[in-house]
Amino acid sequence: MAKNRSAVHLTIFGVCLFLFPLLARWISFLVHYVDVMVFVGIYSLVTVGLCLLMGYAGQISLGHASFFGLGAYVSGIITARYGVNPWFCILLGMVVSGGVAFIIGAPSLRLRGHYLAMATLAFCIIITVIFNESIAFTGGPDGLAFIPGISIMGYALDSVVKYYFFVWSVVLMVLLLCLNIIQSRVGRALRSIHGSELAASAVGVNVAKYKIYVFVLSAVVASVAGSLYAHYLNFINPASFDLFVSIKLLIMIILGGIYSLWGAILGAVLITFLSYEWLHYFEEAEVMVYGAIVLIIVIFLPGGVVSIPEKVRSLCRSSKLKVEG
Amino acid sequence: MKANLSVGKGAVCLLAAVVLAIFILIPVVQVSAAEAYKVGAVFSVTGRASFLGDPEKKTAVMLQEEINKKGGINGHLLELVIYDDEGDSTKCALAVRKLISQDKVCAIIGPSLSGLSLAVLPEAEKHKIPLVSCAASYKIVTKNAETGEQWKWVFKTPQSDSMAAEAIYTHMKKHGISKVAIMSGTTGFGASGRSELLRLAPQYGITILADEKYGPKDTDMTAQLTKIKGKAPQAIVNWSIGPTQVVVVRNRQELGMSNIVLYQSHGFGSRKNIELAAGAAEGVYCPLGACNIAEVLPPAHLQKKVTMEYLKAYKAKYNEALSSFGGHAWDALAMVTKALGAVGSDKAKIRDYLENLKGYVGQHGVFNFSPKDHNGLTKEAFQMVVVKNGDWALTD
Amino acid sequence: MSFASQLLQYAITGVTIGSIYAMVAIGFNIIYNVTEAINFAQGEFVMLGGLVMVFLRVAVNIPVIFSLPLTIMLVTMVGILLDRLAIKPLSKPSVLAMVIATIGASFFIRGAAMMLWGKNPFDLPPFSGRNPISFLGAVVQPQGLWVVGFLLVVVVVLTLFFDRTILGKALRASAVNPSASSLVGINVKHMVLVSFALSAAIGALGGIVITPISLMEYDRGAMLAVKGFSACVLGGIGSFPGAVTGGLLIGLIESLGAGLVSSGYKDVFALLLLLLVLFVRPSGLLGNAEVSKIRKF
Repeated sequence: MAKNRSAVHLTIFGVCLFLFPLLARWISFLVHYVDVMVFVGIYSLVTVGLCLLMGYAGQISLGHASFFGLGAYVSGIITARYGVNPWFCILLGMVVSGGVAFIIGAPSLRLRGHYLAMATLAFCIIITVIFNESIAFTGGPDGLAFIPGISIMGYALDSVVKYYFFVWSVVLMVLLLCLNIIQSRVGRALRSIHGSELAASAVGVNVAKYKIYVFVLSAVVASVAGSLYAHYLNFINPASFDLFVSIKLLIMIILGGIYSLWGAILGAVLITFLSYEWLHYFEEAEVMVYGAIVLIIVIFLPGGVVSIPEKVRSLCRSSKLKVEG
Repeated sequence: MKANLSVGKGAVCLLAAVVLAIFILIPVVQVSAAEAYKVGAVFSVTGRASFLGDPEKKTAVMLQEEINKKGGINGHLLELVIYDDEGDSTKCALAVRKLISQDKVCAIIGPSLSGLSLAVLPEAEKHKIPLVSCAASYKIVTKNAETGEQWKWVFKTPQSDSMAAEAIYTHMKKHGISKVAIMSGTTGFGASGRSELLRLAPQYGITILADEKYGPKDTDMTAQLTKIKGKAPQAIVNWSIGPTQVVVVRNRQELGMSNIVLYQSHGFGSRKNIELAAGAAEGVYCPLGACNIAEVLPPAHLQKKVTMEYLKAYKAKYNEALSSFGGHAWDALAMVTKALGAVGSDKAKIRDYLENLKGYVGQHGVFNFSPKDHNGLTKEAFQMVVVKNGDWALTD
Repeated sequence: MSFASQLLQYAITGVTIGSIYAMVAIGFNIIYNVTEAINFAQGEFVMLGGLVMVFLRVAVNIPVIFSLPLTIMLVTMVGILLDRLAIKPLSKPSVLAMVIATIGASFFIRGAAMMLWGKNPFDLPPFSGRNPISFLGAVVQPQGLWVVGFLLVVVVVLTLFFDRTILGKALRASAVNPSASSLVGINVKHMVLVSFALSAAIGALGGIVITPISLMEYDRGAMLAVKGFSACVLGGIGSFPGAVTGGLLIGLIESLGAGLVSSGYKDVFALLLLLLVLFVRPSGLLGNAEVSKIRKF
C-alpha cells in the first residue's frame, strides 16, 4: 500500500519535473528558474542522503558539505588537470568519499548529539583548510576553473535544459533507491535506531553496522552531487563546501521536514530559491529576512514545509467543527 | 482554545505563502524602460568579500545617476542591473547567466573576486558578451600564459597583483632591502598576492625568510609576528584585507618591531585603515592607485582632475572614506559608458571599441588596451606611498 | 628574540585568545545546561557587545565605567528577546528545532547589525592605554590582562551565583531534572529565560574586552561561535571548568601551532586534538560520561 502510494507520488513528481522546462519555454521569467532548478537538484541529492542519516538513523552531521566538496574536487582536479573522463572521476569521487566516510564514521558514530555534531564540524573545517592550503592541486581560495563539462556517449550536456534533465534523472534514481531502502528491513532497523539505540540492539539490530552503512551511503550520494556541481558550474572553490554550506544543508532538511525524503527535496527547493533568487529583492536586508523566515518556519511549522497539507486539512476540520459547534 | 491557536498559525502560514508568491511574480510585473542601454553588474555587495563589492556598487550607482542626470548616453538612459553574488560562486554564475538570458544586457561589469571572474568568463566567451572584471588576477584576461593570448570578450580594470608586488619589490631594492617576511590572509586576495610575491622574489634578488598566514576572521596575529621577529627580516610584506590587516599593524607596534619596515598591499588603501590603526600605521608603505591619493597628487598629474571629482562626489553622497575598490568599478562602468556613447549597444562593437581604447584616463591609471593586453595598465599605475602624520604621502 | 621568550610570547597570545573562546564556551554551557540545545547565536552576543560598546563609548562618548554595564544590559535585553521571540514560541521544542531557531536568530541579528553599523570594522580605545608591558623578553598588551581578568571575574561570580543564590540553585536543578524541578515549584520556562539573559551578558562582556585588540565588525560572531563550541565540546559540554580548560587549550594550540609549525594549518591542530580527545573520551576532557548518557542530545 505504502509502496504503491510512493510510486504514484514519484510518477507525479517526475511528470511535473519533465513539464517544467517545457513550460519555461513559454513563460519568459521561468527560463532562469530552470537554471536554479539544476542547483536545487544537486542540493536535493545531498539532502536526500542526509535525510536518511538524520531523519531515519537519527545521526546529526555537519560534515556533508565536505563529502559534497570531495566529490567536486576529485572530479574537478582530475578532469581539469589530467584530462580524465568525467564519468570515471564521478566513480572515483564516490570511492574516495565513501572511504573517507568509513574512516571518519567508524569512530565518530560512537559519539552522540552535540559531540557528533562537533566531530563532523571539525572534519568539515579540516577539509576546508586542506582545500584552501593545497594550492598546487586545488587552486587555493581562488578556486579551480575551467572544469570540463560532461557528455553521455558523445552527446554533450552543454545547455541548461539538457543538464536539468540529467541531474533530475539522477535525483529520481537516488530517490527511488532511498524510498526502497526505507521500506525495507534496513529502513525499519534505521527507524528503530532513531527510536532507541538500546532497544534496537536488544532486538538484535546491529546498530553500529547500520549507522556506518547509512553514513557511507549518504556520503557517496553527496559526492555524486559534488561531481555534478563541478561539471555544471565548471568552477569550484573552497567556500562552496565550507561549514556554512553544511549548516545550510541542515536548515534545508529541518525546514523541509526531517522525517520525510519529500521534505528533504522541498527543503532544498525552498532554501535554494530563497537564497539564489527570491531574497535578492531585499538587497541589504537579505540576511535579516532569511533569518526571520527560518525562525517563522521553525516556530509555525515544526514538521517542516512537508507538513503543510496536513496542517491545512486539520485547519479545515477544526474550522468546520467550530461552525457546527 | 487549541483550535484558535492553530487557526492563528494557519493564517500566518497562508500569509507567508502569499508573500512568497509575490516574490515569484515580481519579475513578471517589472517593466524595463524603453530605449535605455542596459548594463549588467555583479558585485560581492554582502558576504565575505563585501569590502570589495560594497564600494563598487555604491560607485556604480553614483556614476549611473550622474550619467542619467546629464541626459544619459546620446539620449539613451543608462540602466544598471546590479546583482549581489555574496562572494558565492554559484550565485555569481546564476547572476551572470540571468543577466545574459533574461535581462539581455549589452555588457557586464564585475565580478569583484578573481576566482568568481574566472568562474564566469566562459559564459561571457560562450554568449559573446563583453565582460569587464573588477578583480585583479592576470589570469582573468590571459587565456594562455605562455603566448600571452587574451580572452576575446574579457577585460579587467584593476592593476594585476603582480604589479603591486613589483612596485613593492622595486621600492625595496632601491632601499637595499633583501631579506623579507611575507604575511597573508587565507582568502583569494591574500593567496593571490602571496603567490605573486613568492614568484617574483628571485627576479629582484629577494630572500623570503618567513611565509606566514592567518584567517580572515582571526583576532590576533601576535604569534605569526613573533615567529617573524625571531627570523629578523629587514621588512615584512602583509597582504590581506579587512580588519586583520589593521591588527597586523597594531601587533607589530606592540611587539616593538617598528625597526622592521612594513609594506601593506593595495588593500590597505583607505584612510579608514590608518584611523583604525590608532597611530601604529606611521611609516607603513603601500602601493596605491591614483584614486586613493587624489588629494596629495601634484596638480599637473594626469589623473588629478578625474580622481578629485570622484573623491568629492563619493564623499558627498556616502560620507565615508574612499577605498581602492570603488575606483575599479568606476573605471569599468565609465569605459563601458564611453563605448556605448561611441558605438551604441552592439556587443561586438563594444568589445572592439574597448580593445582599441587608448589613453583613457581613469581612477587607477591611464588605460591603453590592445589585442595583446586586456588590462591596459603598467606597473606605473601604482605609486608607493607612506603613512605620514595620519595621511598618505608620496615617496620617491 | 630568544626561543624561550618566543615561546612565552606564544603562550601569552594563546591565553588571551583562549580566554575569549572560554567566555563564549561558558555562554554555551549555561544555555545547554537548561535546554540541552547549543545556542548558535552566542557569537552574535559577542559581536553585539563589541559594537554596542563602540557606539556608547566612541559615538556617544560615555566613560567606560558606565558604558560597560549599559552595554551588558542592552545585550542582555537582546538575549531575553531571543528567548521570548525564538525559543519560547516553539511548540514542540526538540533540540534540533531549538538549534535551528538559534541559527535563524543569529542570521537575523547579524543582518540587523549590518544594517545598523554597516560592514566596516570598528575600533574601541583600550581600557588602559596601548603601551605594552615587557615581561621576560615578551610583551603583554594591557588589554590582554583585562581579558584574562574579566574571565576570572566571570568564573568567580558564576561559581558564587550557582552555589550561593536561590536562582542559581534553581537553574542547576532545572538543568539536572526539569520535570522534578517543576514539581518543586521552579518555573522551568523562566529558567530558560534566565539562562539566555545570563549567557548574553557574558557574551557581551567578551565582545567588549576583545574589541580593543581585534576590532569588531558585524560578521565576526560566526567564527567565535565555532571556536567557542569547539572549546565547549573539548572541555565537555555543560562543565564550567571544562569550558575554561577547553578555551585556553584551543587558544594555546592555535598560537603555538602557528608559531612553531605552520600558520596556514593552525586551525587544524586544535581540531585534530579535539577529535582525538572525543575518540578516546566521547564526553570531552572534563565532561561527565554518566550525565551525558541520560541527556537526550
